[in-house]
Amino acid sequence: MRDTIRFLKGGDVVELTDVGSTETVLEYLRLRRLETGTKEGCGEGDCGACTVALGRLIDGKMVYQPVNSCIQLLGMIDGAELVTVEDLVQDKRLHPVQQAMLDLHGSQCGFCTPGFIMTLFTLYHATEVEKSRKTVTEWLAGNLCRCTGYRPIVDAALLACFETADDAFSWRAKETREQIRALADSRDIFIGDSDGFFASPASLDGLAALYDQHPDATLVAGATDVGLWITKQMRDLPKMVWLGRIDGLDRVEETPSGVLLGAMATYQATEASMTRLSPDLGELWKRIGSKQVRASGTVGGNIANGSPIGDTPPALIALGATLELQSATDNRALSLEEFFIGYGKQDRSPGEFVTGLFVPRLNSNQAFRCYKISKRFDQDISSVMAAFRFTVDEGVITDARIAYGGMAATPKRAAGAETALKGAILDDPATWGAGMQALAGDFTPMTDMRASAEYRNETARALLAKALMEISGTPDSDLRVLAKREADHDRAA
Amino acid sequence: MTEPLEQETIEIPLKHVRKSLPHDSAAKHVTGTATYIDDMPEAIGTLHVVPGWAKQAVRGKIQSLDLSDVQFSPGVVAVLTADNVPGTNDCSSGFGDDPVLAKGEILFYGQVVFAVVAKTRDQARKAAQKARIDVAEITPILTQEDAVDAETIVLPDYQFRRGSPETGMPAAEEIQSGSMRIGGQEHFYLEGQIAMAVPEEDGGMLVYSSTQHPTEVQHTIAKVLGVPDARVTAEVRRMGGGFGGKESQANQWASLAALGAHATGKACKCRLDRDDDMIMTGKRHDFRVDWKIGHDAEGKIRAVDLEFLSRCGYSVDLSLGVNDRTLFHADSSYFYPDALIRSRRLRTDTVSNTAFRGFGGPQGMLAAERMIDAIAIKLGKDPLTVRKLNFYNGDHNLTPFGMPVEEYEVMHDLIDTLETSSDYWARREAVKEFNASNAVLKKGLALTPIKFGISFTLKHLNQAGALVHLYTDGSVHLNHGGTEMGQGLYQKIAQVVAEEFGVTLDKVRITATNTSKVPNTGPTAASSGTDLNAMAAKLAAKKIKDRLVNFLSEQHQCKAEAIHFGDNKVLVGEQSFSLAEIAKQAHMVRIQMSHAGYYATPGITWDRDNATGRPFFYFAFGGACSEVTIDTMTGEMTVDRVDILHDVGHSLNPAIDIGQIEGGFVQGMGWLTTEELVWDDKGRLRTHAPSTYKIPTASDIPEDFNVNLYEGNGNPEDTIYRSKAVGEPPVMLANSVFCAINDAVASLNPGELPDLDAPATPETIMKAVREIRQRKASS
Repeated sequence: MRDTIRFLKGGDVVELTDVGSTETVLEYLRLRRLETGTKEGCGEGDCGACTVALGRLIDGKMVYQPVNSCIQLLGMIDGAELVTVEDLVQDKRLHPVQQAMLDLHGSQCGFCTPGFIMTLFTLYHATEVEKSRKTVTEWLAGNLCRCTGYRPIVDAALLACFETADDAFSWRAKETREQIRALADSRDIFIGDSDGFFASPASLDGLAALYDQHPDATLVAGATDVGLWITKQMRDLPKMVWLGRIDGLDRVEETPSGVLLGAMATYQATEASMTRLSPDLGELWKRIGSKQVRASGTVGGNIANGSPIGDTPPALIALGATLELQSATDNRALSLEEFFIGYGKQDRSPGEFVTGLFVPRLNSNQAFRCYKISKRFDQDISSVMAAFRFTVDEGVITDARIAYGGMAATPKRAAGAETALKGAILDDPATWGAGMQALAGDFTPMTDMRASAEYRNETARALLAKALMEISGTPDSDLRVLAKREADHDRAA
Repeated sequence: MTEPLEQETIEIPLKHVRKSLPHDSAAKHVTGTATYIDDMPEAIGTLHVVPGWAKQAVRGKIQSLDLSDVQFSPGVVAVLTADNVPGTNDCSSGFGDDPVLAKGEILFYGQVVFAVVAKTRDQARKAAQKARIDVAEITPILTQEDAVDAETIVLPDYQFRRGSPETGMPAAEEIQSGSMRIGGQEHFYLEGQIAMAVPEEDGGMLVYSSTQHPTEVQHTIAKVLGVPDARVTAEVRRMGGGFGGKESQANQWASLAALGAHATGKACKCRLDRDDDMIMTGKRHDFRVDWKIGHDAEGKIRAVDLEFLSRCGYSVDLSLGVNDRTLFHADSSYFYPDALIRSRRLRTDTVSNTAFRGFGGPQGMLAAERMIDAIAIKLGKDPLTVRKLNFYNGDHNLTPFGMPVEEYEVMHDLIDTLETSSDYWARREAVKEFNASNAVLKKGLALTPIKFGISFTLKHLNQAGALVHLYTDGSVHLNHGGTEMGQGLYQKIAQVVAEEFGVTLDKVRITATNTSKVPNTGPTAASSGTDLNAMAAKLAAKKIKDRLVNFLSEQHQCKAEAIHFGDNKVLVGEQSFSLAEIAKQAHMVRIQMSHAGYYATPGITWDRDNATGRPFFYFAFGGACSEVTIDTMTGEMTVDRVDILHDVGHSLNPAIDIGQIEGGFVQGMGWLTTEELVWDDKGRLRTHAPSTYKIPTASDIPEDFNVNLYEGNGNPEDTIYRSKAVGEPPVMLANSVFCAINDAVASLNPGELPDLDAPATPETIMKAVREIRQRKASS
């Protein structure tokens, strides 16, 4: 047992014995360290002004990822290197990304700038990224600027971020790796007492025991949602259990039959595997939250939290994913759609937690499409999310799995349309009509600030038509305004 | 027309002015060392103020207000209500109708009822949740239609009239009419509203406020505390964005901080949570525009009848100037022979709408572009052709408010140049081909002009002061009444002052705007910050320099023309001295080396009662060509290419001006596309965080984004180095995006005007697509 958290900052190991259950990294930086370079813009992880970089060892290499410090719990940086805008100037010389932003006039009011600098710092240290405007805007999706219109910032990124890293962090990388290795241990962390604590078990058994003892505790994965319970709803959450140190819970395993995701696997960590499952999944993954959100947020969390507008569940349901749950006494698996019982209600007993997810591969006679519709392309919550898996034999749909988000109180399958589409002929759009009509009976969506019920119904129908058109051979380029696609689909088998 | 600028061309080459130098704080921005108010060291014992409100109520009398749980919440030091206001409970800009704390009645969703003062901000926020407020709710007036029915207004109707639209309209060959909705806009400055008040001796109050209008903050706090203005000092070094949202809207939070400091004797900071900020502060006015236009078969406008129904919210705020500016820009760049342009300033039970970059102008101009599109579509002509046909020209250069557009040739040349550089006509053909061969995706193209009047239409605001000191080591202290919100004002003025003294920029110390240094200032607004304050600072520097020249010419018995300032030196004939030496010598002979400069814009007149005069010193021009693609199945839209040519006269700093143009365009694009404010049917704002209110991100800007400054002869008026104001006009360049979307939808049913409202979200685009297809099917 360890009653501290430890992390690196500015080359030094910091060890804290007092860590509040809901204390954020931003509060720690601004109120305890009085380091005010990191700003609060929105307090909900949407504007990126509070972006800091977290360095961790991944496959033996230091990898820096941007996170929103306003909703990152302080305890969650245990074992990492915390880098803030204060750490970049070396010997009075600006870091290359700082110099490029200055030279290209990338700041106006300057309030968002430290956040941009830190995201660009992580891009500067990223390897295996293609030098392109698309790469840059993908990395910057979580940083809002209201003054510049982004052009000079994107140019600064293109100028500075694609050279081999040559800064104080690359120079001392070996030493940093050793320091980070020395911080890793397999002890459970528990700071506080039984009335209030921040805990981080190192094993599943440890978690099960702790959760059994404190079924009222809050389990937190990436805190991209729980963070808002703290900053916006001001909930009292005295017992916080962070799942990030559980050995193996962040696994991503590709098997011949599918992909196994541990509950703590982040969007970022699963992106490559998902892209290999389907280019549409890759596209979807890039439009979930922002780089910051994807670095912290987990697929398991997106599911466990049960939101009706989560982006991943419809796609995963259409693919036929199954969920694994565990408690102190039991293990079980169930199909993902069965997990979502009603609005904000899931099939999860007290003391039970999600451990993983299995996503099966597509068969050679299956085609998958998914679409996210939102007011803004990047970092927005979908008004309608649609996913389709068609099994096609000799040009005839023999099976359809169709799931939508934003259309009901939970992510939900379109049972009527699925049935009605069986037997539809790809080359004969007249045979699609029954499915299109049946869809109208599958959902009764609501009107809210994202879209009206009418638009949701209309779009749901349009997306089904679009999916059918695409798998029937209409090129994506004729059907999608976004030219962001990683790869073109083949015509369905 | 532009006069030759002989004086300036024969001067020694400019060293600082007209150079693309970085923003003065750029190095601090990128290192996180630029200090915003929340970053300032706090005095020991600083307390935190958080506003409390009735979370559900929209309109009604407060039946009971139980704050006992707030009072006893951990860390709470004081709870303030309207009863704790020692002076006048009002933070309005002049109409007396904006209570700092509610006076027994909730007037809109989000009105502040009480304020908690606690040891930490977290404690104050948690305590503020614990109030029990019972409100006897009444049905609120929410929409323009509600207000028209209930006949509620904040100000009387107003109008411009020229000629006889009553006879001109029926005489036109074609008459078209319609109605469009134009949404409001949240400022979304990245630094939310904040103020820190530090009590001083003798009942004084020093207030650091993130405000565009320190003088108004000073005067408001004095009024609220019931003390003379001289007891209060307001200061702001920089804001993390303003955009009009901190012109009048900063007053309330500064007042709450000052009330907290007054009540507790401790320094108090009030920083709004983002959601509170978005709910409690005003936005860009949203409109319904009813339009009617008469034109001939060629597309020439004969008569215009426009009515702007503006949702002002519960109080006047700045609605007078905003709605007047809508009328001033309802002509865009077009000559209306007969015109009736009407404005209704409707009172609704919603947050009071306020200044937002463009200040009503964008809505007026968008309505004009809408009418042009209607003419072009009806006649099957290209909209650009119809635009140019109706441009102001030598024969017709009088606006409906009687001011001539003297620079119409600049407007023509700029648009012609852009037409060529954007390759408009070849792309028009390409768009047609694309649309002919694509069933689902449709492209649209539009080139729209801007003409924006520069000056406050409230004449007395067109004045500014500066305070400049030359120290005996040759360094310069620079202060003026303008505020820095990211627009580069401080940098531009420092360049002007460095130029005047012939010193390097490192010798010029830029200092925070402070009401005790330069008093009675206007807001930094109306794009006029540089025009006014740089002129005042230049005059101040020149006065000091003139005194040194007099001294030197006497001492060295030479003519003033033989004395030159440059490179931190002073050349007197053949002799060279450092400026420091000269300053020391001047000090020894008792020459004053400090001066308060003052400038008032010349030549502007405005007779509001008769709606005529010359309200603007000059016009700024620009043009933008945008190409978009829409998905006619989902309403999704991408902006594919944008070309901009913009007139800033002779730029004081081209890099900063380009930044204003690009940023303004993207902000305008957000207003017209993704930025949708949604109220529910009870009048509660549902989009009060960046999770639900979507400003553009980096991927929303076109990859092909070409922005250039128009190279002309400079401002014909005697402005600072013949530059033109640049803050607001670029917002309206984004009208081209909206018109391009309209063009794409119109391709589905040639000859018919799409029913497209702003913002053109995917849903709004889809609605227009569906509607125009239905018209086609039923015809």
